[in-house]
Amino acid sequence: MNTYFLSDTLALTVRTLRHITRSLDTIITTVLTPVALMLMFVYVFGGAISTGSKYINFMLPGILLITIASGISYTAFRLFMDLKSGILERFQSMPIARSGLLWAHVVTSMVANLIALVIVVGVALLMGFRSSAGVLAWLAVTGILLLSTLALTWLAVIPGLTAGSVESAGAFAYPLIFLPFVSSAFVPTETMPGPVRWFAEHQPVTSIVDTIRALFAEQPVGNAIWTALAWCVGVLVAAYVLAMVAYRRKSA
Amino acid sequence: MTTLIEKNRQSAGPAIRVRGLEKSYGKLEVLRGVDFDVARGSIFALLGSNGAGKTTTIRILATLLKADAGTAAVNGFDVTTQGGQVRGSISLTGQFAAVDEILSGRENLILVAKLRHLEDPAAIADSLLDRFSLTDAATRRVSTYSGGMRRRLDIAMSLIGDSPVIFLDEPTAGLDPEARIEVWQMVKELAGSGTTVLLTTQYLDEAEQLADRIAILHQGRIIANGTLAELKQLFPPAEVEYVEKQPTLEEIFLAIIGDRR
Repeated sequence: MNTYFLSDTLALTVRTLRHITRSLDTIITTVLTPVALMLMFVYVFGGAISTGSKYINFMLPGILLITIASGISYTAFRLFMDLKSGILERFQSMPIARSGLLWAHVVTSMVANLIALVIVVGVALLMGFRSSAGVLAWLAVTGILLLSTLALTWLAVIPGLTAGSVESAGAFAYPLIFLPFVSSAFVPTETMPGPVRWFAEHQPVTSIVDTIRALFAEQPVGNAIWTALAWCVGVLVAAYVLAMVAYRRKSA
Repeated sequence: MTTLIEKNRQSAGPAIRVRGLEKSYGKLEVLRGVDFDVARGSIFALLGSNGAGKTTTIRILATLLKADAGTAAVNGFDVTTQGGQVRGSISLTGQFAAVDEILSGRENLILVAKLRHLEDPAAIADSLLDRFSLTDAATRRVSTYSGGMRRRLDIAMSLIGDSPVIFLDEPTAGLDPEARIEVWQMVKELAGSGTTVLLTTQYLDEAEQLADRIAILHQGRIIANGTLAELKQLFPPAEVEYVEKQPTLEEIFLAIIGDRR
């Protein structure tokens, strides 16, 4: 590893952060989908779904994961544009820490998603979301969301480096946005038919959603938190390795 | 230019030495045994049509691509085993102006100066903006720049850090005649101060104007390599004919617009 890794990554992060502060529309479009879904589920479908608690409290964790899924597609997009514009080659032909550019995009994604999450939680509060959770529980929720963002961001790096077009660079996010619908995020899994229920209960979103929901409600998190952490770390490690392989292949 | 002399530590051999370079993409053989040397402080033009392998050669020399066979050394460092030192010796200006559109021109320059770990990046940026007549546009986003301004910024970014070897891949592609002449002027200045320049071009007059040596890359091989005078000797001696000299359209264009810019 290069001795200038930190200063190089910082300089490149300042650059990518400016891409966000100068085109705030990326944050607006990131929160648009989750906020629209939240409005629809709370005011249209919500009345028909019985969850035993206030519906917005029930579904906010799933909405937060959808926010992250829609936010990370911009990381793939920005990376793809760096590749196409030739600026990635410029950086790679310079005597800098080569992985610095990827880390800059990852850190930027963390910041952008955190802003988007805060906005979505703010809208949820306006719509009546309430939690009695203490500081520690909120910290735990933040930690799990950031870990999910980190894992999914590294996942987004892969299409960013390998996609053939802008469209396909962003398209990988659709299945991720869809995944919470087949989980415990919007309806209790007990209402689903056998195979669907099995899938819903064994996919990562359910364990993450259940953990966040329990933390918000000051309930014991049980084993769900360990399943959730295992999924996040597992996806993170696998995505990181694959992203680095793709990056090395790009830089020969 | 003490910095340049210091960086030219391994000054014994040529600045660039390429031997038997081969590269294929699948079944497409792009380079089929390329050999050439570039002397220190000289301008070397790699001339060839589209698809001749010019960019592939540059990308291998800039450590962005691995060759299938053969060796290449830049500033005395091997491109495969000493990539870090090679990158410390070079500066690459790619075929398309690789600038950040969302940043301003000044911010682009500061970023590169920071990445090269130089002191006072802001002062470096300001002096380059001045030298490349970009001061007025310094704080504007690059997305509002014209093609010529972008190219000037691109080249200015490549000059930061006084790399002893500079690669210019088709530096004047898509530029208007005035901007082209500006780039030529700058390349000559660079070589005058001791920098080695390897440029690729498909314009014959560009190679003729600038290069100390010209190599013609055709179908993955160097088919001719020499000074302009040497290359001319490969052809039958010129016959003397009297023809009325017509000005070229470029000369007419430049005469009409004069120096009004």
